[in-house]
Amino acid sequence: MNHWLTAPILIPLLGGILQAFMGYAPVPLRRTLGIATTALTLVAAILLMGLADDGTYRLYAFGNWQPPFGIVLVLDRLAALMLVVTAVLALFAHVYSLGGSDGNNRQFHGLFQFQLLGLNIAFLTGDLFNLFVAFEVLLIASYGLLMHGEGKSRTVPGLHYVVLNLVGSAIFLISVGMIYSVTGTLNMADLAMKIPQVAPENLPIVKAGGLMLLVVFGLKAAILPLCFWLPNAYANATAPVAALFSVMTKVGIYAIIRVYNLMFGEQAGALEGLGLDWLFPLALITLAMGVVGALGAANLRKLFAWQVIISVGTLLAAISFGTEKGTAAALFYLVNTTWVVGGLFLLADLIAGQRGSVNDRIVTAPKMRNRTFLSVLFLIGAVASAGLPPLSGFFAKLMVLDAAAPGAERIWLWSVLLVGSFFTLIAYSRAGSIVFWRNVKGHLEKPRRLTGAVSVPTGALVALSAVIVMLAEPISRYVDDTAAQLHNPSAYTDILQTPMVGEEQ
Amino acid sequence: MELAFALVIGVLTASGVYLLLKARTFSVVMGLTLLSYGVNLFLFSSGRLVTGGQPIIGSTETYSDPLPQALVLTAIVIGFAMTAFVVVLSLRSLADHNDDHVDGDMPELPTPKHEHNDEQDIEKGEARS
Repeated sequence: MNHWLTAPILIPLLGGILQAFMGYAPVPLRRTLGIATTALTLVAAILLMGLADDGTYRLYAFGNWQPPFGIVLVLDRLAALMLVVTAVLALFAHVYSLGGSDGNNRQFHGLFQFQLLGLNIAFLTGDLFNLFVAFEVLLIASYGLLMHGEGKSRTVPGLHYVVLNLVGSAIFLISVGMIYSVTGTLNMADLAMKIPQVAPENLPIVKAGGLMLLVVFGLKAAILPLCFWLPNAYANATAPVAALFSVMTKVGIYAIIRVYNLMFGEQAGALEGLGLDWLFPLALITLAMGVVGALGAANLRKLFAWQVIISVGTLLAAISFGTEKGTAAALFYLVNTTWVVGGLFLLADLIAGQRGSVNDRIVTAPKMRNRTFLSVLFLIGAVASAGLPPLSGFFAKLMVLDAAAPGAERIWLWSVLLVGSFFTLIAYSRAGSIVFWRNVKGHLEKPRRLTGAVSVPTGALVALSAVIVMLAEPISRYVDDTAAQLHNPSAYTDILQTPMVGEEQ
Repeated sequence: MELAFALVIGVLTASGVYLLLKARTFSVVMGLTLLSYGVNLFLFSSGRLVTGGQPIIGSTETYSDPLPQALVLTAIVIGFAMTAFVVVLSLRSLADHNDDHVDGDMPELPTPKHEHNDEQDIEKGEARS
């Protein structure tokens, strides 16, 4: 039992509750409290990462109930990595919101904390039904955040997003019920033990349940047939919300990695590798679709939203190999793409603010006042996400390419990923050259000013790409260890034997 | 009992999905509600259907599984909150667009061309003169 595991959940929970009652408190007080809560969450996440790095599993059993019967939180390297990635992104997005985008809604800071709360529960939980609850917590906060802001443009994408996710929740519940009805447990460690022992006549039920889970996670992660809600929703969200949402698709990816390695991994007997053969072609089609969307994007936010889909395709392709190397490559790519795309969403808002009514559309417009600064950031972000050397995207893509086993798999992945990267590059250069170079004479009367609160987090998130390259050695060591830990599920199931407090006497 | 129960779940889910596919927010909300009823009943049945059983091992011959009941309770609470939210959101959409179509506005239907053009021409002509 380690009580620190509850810290990333309790801190945003308490912060969020306080914010909910402080709707009419002075703005500086609310902002200070909000930033302090997010910063504390980051500190807790980093401390937990230090704890998790020794390779053991840590457990927190709610109410001191022995694992298969109670709900548990489990900390391992993957959970710690996701916590840190989320907390870093959230802190920068939250600082950005101080530049004025937290106005118009008294509950912005509260919703932001509840969003973090849901994300952190999802990463830490060791229980399938609790994962559903975590999804609902983060979704209802995201519904509120998505609607945040002025104007009518968000109503329809918001409605689509909500309805789709409600259907997803219904499917999640059905699959949970199917799996429970046969295995009699919902604890992930216990499921990993029970699934190999399922009687052959019950196997189709578990199989159907497992594949329906893939549909739900695929909807969250925006895999191809289920990805068309994403560009509109993300492109219409306020900048800090869109930046934070760049981690939302990664929750689906995380759930796929966690559940499929644990429940349908090497030890799962008849169900080994369930769904993995579906994932690879779907991943490649998603990637191709993302590239097509990016080429046709009419504004910068749409372009970056399609970039999210491109990265989902790349990530899934690496995961679908089912090897340690593939998972490690996927995790390295995940860190890179989450931060950079988050930064790009913030950048799109800065660019839009300096172009008046043209907004972020990719058309000719008056010259921006801070063109040099913004264009350098765009260049770094584009290079990092398209995967050109010397920034982190290049190394991440190299790891993904290298992870493909020689044969048909390698040929398909290399051709789709490399051709896709080339066309992504074209999309970025088209957008960049039109937005930054094709200007008309004159200036905008009153462009939005670049204050420290908005330019520092944007610059920092995009520049993290360079930091990832500098720290590539420790990061790749960490993701390699994470992948090794993930592909050895028998250690995870040992948590069922953890003695509870007070049982020793 | 199993057959009747399964039929009820099937009818609820089927009508829920049918209503979901309609293009009006009202029927979509109704569809979501019916779907969540069907799902809740399904989840309830995952602990097997038992009559006269108590949720305590050893107290009676047959015992009923208490866990699905707890799961259903959670699912009902969450589903209720989500339904309330989606109702408010559809009302907002109706107020914003004066239309309860799920895409905000009705997609342009192919109108009889000649009448339309005539009117436009007349308007344009008046504007020019």
